[in-house]
Amino acid sequence: MRIVSFLIGSWIIGAIAGCSNQETKTLPILGSREPITKAVDGKTLTDTLYHSIPEFKLLNQDSTFITNHTFDNGVYIANFFFTHCPSICPTMQRNLLKVYERYKGDERVRFLSHSIDFRHDSPSVLKRYADKLGVTNDQWQFVTGSKAEIYSLADAYMVYTKEDGDAPGGYDHSGYFLLVDKDKHIRGAYDGTNDAQVQLLLDELALLLKEYE
Amino acid sequence: MRNTYIYGCAALLSVYVLFHSCQSEDAIRTAQYAVNGQKLYAAQCQNCHGAKGEGLGNLYPALTDSAFLLNHREQLACIIKNGLKDTITVHGQLFDGEMPPNPQLAPIEIAYVLTYVGNSFGNKMGIFTLEEINQALKACK
Repeated sequence: MRIVSFLIGSWIIGAIAGCSNQETKTLPILGSREPITKAVDGKTLTDTLYHSIPEFKLLNQDSTFITNHTFDNGVYIANFFFTHCPSICPTMQRNLLKVYERYKGDERVRFLSHSIDFRHDSPSVLKRYADKLGVTNDQWQFVTGSKAEIYSLADAYMVYTKEDGDAPGGYDHSGYFLLVDKDKHIRGAYDGTNDAQVQLLLDELALLLKEYE
Repeated sequence: MRNTYIYGCAALLSVYVLFHSCQSEDAIRTAQYAVNGQKLYAAQCQNCHGAKGEGLGNLYPALTDSAFLLNHREQLACIIKNGLKDTITVHGQLFDGEMPPNPQLAPIEIAYVLTYVGNSFGNKMGIFTLEEINQALKACK
């Protein structure tokens, strides 16, 4: 009797769990949002304006300018680093390399690493770094720009960056990976130094790609 | 006759126990150093050299090249303390990047971390004693 009720119980739990798994989860749009009202056919409609990444134009590792339109045909993962960063960057780039290697050749996914060391990380330095890291195609872009450009972009990506003489290497920043969709909305933020968070990024990246299938 | 046999066995046994306990005392000390070294490794080395000593591409060399470590045993303490600017060959690959110095590490901490690295990731170098580290540091270039 007891065994039977146990079995029934586990069937019920299994059925519930099975159902909830079938629901398709969509990723949220992160950041601030504001309502906009507009008149359509004499009616006032309210829409939501979501936070998005502004237009940018930055020099990449091949000394050519790339813009936000470079990433129009797919989603991308952005982060902030610098080449001689002794603290979190190696771990962060090691983890992003794993994601890159998984999606290498898949043009739906691109990568964008911003250097926050605008003094030292020239395109040639970035090129050498990318080569040594094992990046062999243009799916992963490494960019540099003026301090104002890069640091205001960091704000748009909601990543903390600061020039700080007391921090190891001279710059302080957070090691987040930002998942950005085709509409330039941030759909996820993941701690690039945490294995569980990197796995979550892989899962949610697959989820985001499904939206475009 | 029977007593002699028993005494003989007892003597052999005590020699065996003595020998074995000596050996495991060394093993325990090595393990203690390695455990202490593991914490230091995680804090000071792991970012670049990786949790499994795998390194990162051509940026940071792996610590799994046992032949390299054995051939440079005397220089390892100096490399940790003062960093490295020379080009080195690890697993047949050239590395010309710069390793930052770790002047804050005490000699005993260098002994801990080297004992950890030297007995992990497939390496079998035994213990790095404080005496060995002090000796090596004196000879730094």
